[in-house]
Amino acid sequence: MTERLAMLAPLALPLLILLPLAWAALAFVLGTGRGSRLAIAAAAVQLMLAFALASAVMDGGPLHHAAGGWGAPLGIDLVADGLAAAMLLLTQAVALPLFIFARGYFHQDGARPDAAGHHFWPLAGFLVAGMNALYLSEDIFNLYVTLELVGLAAVGLVASGGGAAQTAAALRYLFAALLGSGAYLLGVALLYGAFGSVSMATLTPLIAGASASAGAGASEVALIAALLMMAGLLMKSALFPFHFWLPPAHGGAPAPVSALLSALVVKASIYLVLRLWLGPLAPLLTPLAWLPTLLGTAAILWGSWRAIHAERLKLLVAYSTVAQLGYLFLALPLVGVGSTGASASAILTLQALAHGLGKAAMFAAAGIIIHATGRDRVDDVAGIAERLPLTLFTFALAGVSLMGLPPSGGFLAKWLLIDLAMARGHWPLVAVILAGGLLAAIYIFRVLRLAFLNLPEAVIEAEHHKARVVPRSAEWMAFTLAAASVLLGLFGGLPLLQLVDGVGAGEGVTSGVTSGLVPGLTSGAVVGAP
Amino acid sequence: MSGALLYAIAGVLLFAAGAAGVVLLDHLLRRVLAFNIMGSGACLVLVGLAQRNGIPDPVPQAMVLTGIVVAVAATGLALALIRRLHAQTGHADGKTEEERVKGETGAGCSLPASHSVAGRGDD
Amino acid sequence: MTTNELLPLLVLLSSLLPGLVIFALPEAWHGLRTTLNLFGALAKIVLVGLLLAGVQAGEVYGFRHVVAPGLELVFKADALGLLFITLSTVLWLFTTLYAIGYLEGAPHRSRFFGFFSLCVTATIGIAMAGNLFTFFVFYELLTLATFPLVAHRGTPDAKRGATVYLGYTLVGGAALLAGIVWLESLSHHTGFTHGGFVATLLPGNEGALKAIFVLLIAGVGVKAAIVPLHGWLPKAMVAPAPVSALLHAVAVVKAGAFGIVRIVYEVYGAETAHALGLMTPLAVLAAITILWGSLRALFQNELKKRLAYSTVSQVSYIVLGTALFGPIGTIGGLVHLVHQGVMKITLFFAAGTYAETLGIHKISEMDGVGRRMPLTTMAFSLGALGMMGAPLTAGAVSKAWLGDGAVAASMDWAVWVLTVSSLLNAAYFLPILWRAWVRKSPEHWPDEHIVRRGYVETHWLLLIPLLVTAALSVLFGVLPADMASPLSWAQMIAEREYFLPQR
Repeated sequence: MTERLAMLAPLALPLLILLPLAWAALAFVLGTGRGSRLAIAAAAVQLMLAFALASAVMDGGPLHHAAGGWGAPLGIDLVADGLAAAMLLLTQAVALPLFIFARGYFHQDGARPDAAGHHFWPLAGFLVAGMNALYLSEDIFNLYVTLELVGLAAVGLVASGGGAAQTAAALRYLFAALLGSGAYLLGVALLYGAFGSVSMATLTPLIAGASASAGAGASEVALIAALLMMAGLLMKSALFPFHFWLPPAHGGAPAPVSALLSALVVKASIYLVLRLWLGPLAPLLTPLAWLPTLLGTAAILWGSWRAIHAERLKLLVAYSTVAQLGYLFLALPLVGVGSTGASASAILTLQALAHGLGKAAMFAAAGIIIHATGRDRVDDVAGIAERLPLTLFTFALAGVSLMGLPPSGGFLAKWLLIDLAMARGHWPLVAVILAGGLLAAIYIFRVLRLAFLNLPEAVIEAEHHKARVVPRSAEWMAFTLAAASVLLGLFGGLPLLQLVDGVGAGEGVTSGVTSGLVPGLTSGAVVGAP
Repeated sequence: MSGALLYAIAGVLLFAAGAAGVVLLDHLLRRVLAFNIMGSGACLVLVGLAQRNGIPDPVPQAMVLTGIVVAVAATGLALALIRRLHAQTGHADGKTEEERVKGETGAGCSLPASHSVAGRGDD
Repeated sequence: MTTNELLPLLVLLSSLLPGLVIFALPEAWHGLRTTLNLFGALAKIVLVGLLLAGVQAGEVYGFRHVVAPGLELVFKADALGLLFITLSTVLWLFTTLYAIGYLEGAPHRSRFFGFFSLCVTATIGIAMAGNLFTFFVFYELLTLATFPLVAHRGTPDAKRGATVYLGYTLVGGAALLAGIVWLESLSHHTGFTHGGFVATLLPGNEGALKAIFVLLIAGVGVKAAIVPLHGWLPKAMVAPAPVSALLHAVAVVKAGAFGIVRIVYEVYGAETAHALGLMTPLAVLAAITILWGSLRALFQNELKKRLAYSTVSQVSYIVLGTALFGPIGTIGGLVHLVHQGVMKITLFFAAGTYAETLGIHKISEMDGVGRRMPLTTMAFSLGALGMMGAPLTAGAVSKAWLGDGAVAASMDWAVWVLTVSSLLNAAYFLPILWRAWVRKSPEHWPDEHIVRRGYVETHWLLLIPLLVTAALSVLFGVLPADMASPLSWAQMIAEREYFLPQR
């Protein structure tokens, strides 16, 4: 079985892009609201491919594929390294349960789907194809194209809600996205003008050389280009203060769409920030490392504040996303490893994965609650524990991961982040991370404690008559996502960290209790603790 | 000043003007036009800078073609959404109902459209 | 996986799995839920019995699971852990019985018993934790599992009490997390070790180690209700009586006290903590808590609130014993961990039984209740006398050892603290006993639910647990030196693990 999977791995690179494109197109041809079964079946295959890819990368290092046999510089190179494989895994792992959830959610009243679900399947397919292509791209221009693909599909999904508010939110999102990718494209153009290449592998030494020989014009141009690209990507990542488009877009869309957007789409541009910041652009941007940390802190505080005061349930969840994305920027200046030997990018990937699963579950749960009660104010959650115990449990489990409480993936990531921050001596970061967790607890328990309130019998009776049925499959899929986010902390941390940091990292510590340091890393300059 | 640099500077100026338009203009149609100007600016920089000793480099030409395709798709989507918004609300100036009410009483209309929305997501 | 790895895991699973199944049970499936509850509780007792026998025979039980490089979940069953495990397991059985009787006919029982089981799972996890990481995981799980129990009644009051509880414990948890990660990054993930492991970091890290100690003690001190971190405990009294019993005797407060014991003895080591000058401040803090809790208890008219402040005071006896540098104080602290649990759970069971049977919530309503409910009041009296430290009760044994420990550690002021506290205990318990036994009973009880049938003064499920725990608290006082008594166990731990040179 594992050998078969290993054989699949090289094929997985093109297939992960072509497969969703194919079923998206088919779903479009099939007509409005059709194609859900196809999408679910394909998503299952994609998940398997992503697994095969991840295990192959873990065993044998990065995989390459020259699209159409051409290869760079004329063709397009697809590359899957540990980080990319982890993000691909995240995408498929969230997509499959969410698609099953969406099928139940959109098709609950008989065979005909809700109006909101009319265009869900083709758009979701294009979205997944775009994201997969993004993670596999190796050159910064192709990244621009995939970024736009993701953005356009996401805008379409936001608008699929149908109402005027959704259309307005979609337009706002569209313009923010276009502005962001425009800035990114200009940066790409400047870099190409300066260095004559768009391949990250080629650019890395060139930029390092240019910035080492200070005074050359290329270095200034590169810096401007780097700033433009980052500004554009931060806009698309909804980092404070560029978050203005996110709450209306994520809070207004139908639940499956909100879940896809919050869990996956923003991660795509954040992945790019991480890739570029720690990769080719590192020599230029390292002096600016405090900036994302500062903005990330502001995002955590501001997003939490708004979530604590949000009146609508989905807006609360959306602002929680604004806050949680802040964590992903906090650790950018933390180079090296902590006492566990995990690098910042590995920890951030874990955090992204935990947040992706948890946030998808939370939006799904919020969607079920809103659908069942017909209202979307936070106060309307009162007494929901009686009627939707499983969904409430889902919400709570997802909350556990978002608050960073054990044993969730969010907790493990938080622990490793604090450890890394301490090893680097960044004490304020420790305070921010801890405060962020407590703030998250305030807005999550705002919902949970309401849910336990007893309602007068008469109100409960009345509510029962109004209640709309949500399919059990939808409830269980939301639960699956939440449970996965929690179990990630127990079982997913080790393989994921090893996948991103490369094979060998962390080996040798697995059995010993006395030494927490990775043997291979103790000798270098990157020893985590004093 | 070489021709390449001239193109590039013109491109940057176009980009800046377009970006300012996307941020500052109220009417959605104008913002779509501004976005197109912005995109053209970026493409101009790409083509302008990418000349090796006067010989055009084919790779950026291909990139620009791709960029144009993307821009057309985005413009199409934007126009479709604007049409729908207009059909639903009767306006196409990118303001929400609350902003419209506030705008009539004289507050909040001077802010850039997108930013004025930011602080007010869940009122 | 060998048996020695499997057994600790099974002890955890024996409450976790029934708990998870109970969540899924429909409300009406009363029989199956009760069966599962009792099966879990009894299975756990059998498994813990096996563990005990094995440990006495020299077996070493342990289980580890790697979570991330260098981070492991480690479970082990050592003598100290087993003391706490046995206490929790035995009391859990009685609390479950009591809760089944208490909640008969009440709504949301599946939810209640589900979280109840999770709660005890977390407690056992805390007891078996082999390193700080594992300890923290279960410490936070305990917070999460008790929140729904405190909020269980669903009234605005319950909501408020639960929120206060959560606020305190989550902030405490954050402090604990910071302290643990800091320590781990210095020490590179060492597990609990007899005699502590931070001595290897000296000299050079004195300042950091002191700061870490403050963070750790603040973190676990919230659950142990050390003044000024005790504010949540009286507020959490809105919970149903079995939950109060659980909070005060089995799980939450005990987990905090247990954490202090672990941190002082097996992280810092008594000698290192003493050398760093950390023991005296801890003892002073405990003394302040003892006196403050007793003083506040004097002025409470609500029975459960008085008991709550009494807990604040009594749990710090454990802390005080821990902070008295020397084996005698240690024994006093450890033995009180068990004694306080048994006595306090009796008192809470009795308080709950009064409320369920006659609707009595306030002390002013207890006039003559001794004649209406003699067995319950007898048990209550035994518990109260034990709390005062009356001769031949478990409380007397604890206080004697604590006093001797204070003298041995030449902290004579602590003896005065104990004396004053005993007097205060008497001042707030004796009037209750006077009312209950001597005063005449009123015409009507506030709200009589359960009518007396012959000698059976209330529902038998409400009665039996409290009689058993009352009997235990007397037994521990009368036969302190018996092989199976908590005292001999505490002596064994103190001798074996901390102070004998051949360690």
